Amino acid sequence: MNFDKELDARGLNCPLPILRTKKSLGDLESGQILKVNSTDPGSVKDMQAFAKQTGNELLSTAENNGEFIFLMRKH
Amino acid sequence: METKKMALIATKGTLDWAYPPFILASTAAALGYEVQIFFTFYGLQLLKKDLSGLKVSPLGNPGMPMKIPFGPKWFKGNNWNIPNVVQSLVPGYENVATALMKQTIRNNGVATIPELRELCQEADVKMIACQMTVELFGFDHADFIGDIEYGGAATFFEFAGETDICLFI
Repeated sequence: MNFDKELDARGLNCPLPILRTKKSLGDLESGQILKVNSTDPGSVKDMQAFAKQTGNELLSTAENNGEFIFLMRKH
Repeated sequence: METKKMALIATKGTLDWAYPPFILASTAAALGYEVQIFFTFYGLQLLKKDLSGLKVSPLGNPGMPMKIPFGPKWFKGNNWNIPNVVQSLVPGYENVATALMKQTIRNNGVATIPELRELCQEADVKMIACQMTVELFGFDHADFIGDIEYGGAATFFEFAGETDICLFI
């Protein structure tokens, strides 16, 4: 799937992946898609919670060798 | 949707207890909350310009794992159970524990306290220092970062009374 911006949050721990995601979304227009790479297992639940509370849409979550890939559409 | 609000009272001035208020405040701000933190008593340490003095003490803290953040795996995994009486007698024990904690923080990709505080400031988290404690402890406004306010309990309630979440840390 295509995305408009990519955020490398690998190696970062709570709450940094969420804070960086928030910041990166700020650079996007409404409807654009952010891809986030993370290694923090807690970020799976946190990204869902972030999306739910901010109105941004979490399009997909995938895991690949201990790495998590999220696609989020800006509200 | 009306903006949600969160108020925190930060009362502790150690490296470990510096985390909860700054993590919660920065995250709440990222979620769109309006956030205020009221720093009182030892919590005032978290507003100092220079945060390098923050320490962690394993003394009298049986919940704190004492692990060495380097070396082979078996060595890192070991929990060094050191009796309080030894901890209290060894000079510089807290400094060593603090250095090890900071290394562990780095190893785990956990943000530093100065970093988290800066993120809070960027996110417009409002920080209020308890003026009474500033005087009680003989601190000077010049000891603290610039963009904070000074006030008392009534100042805290003015905001806290309208919040969705209110925590004492």
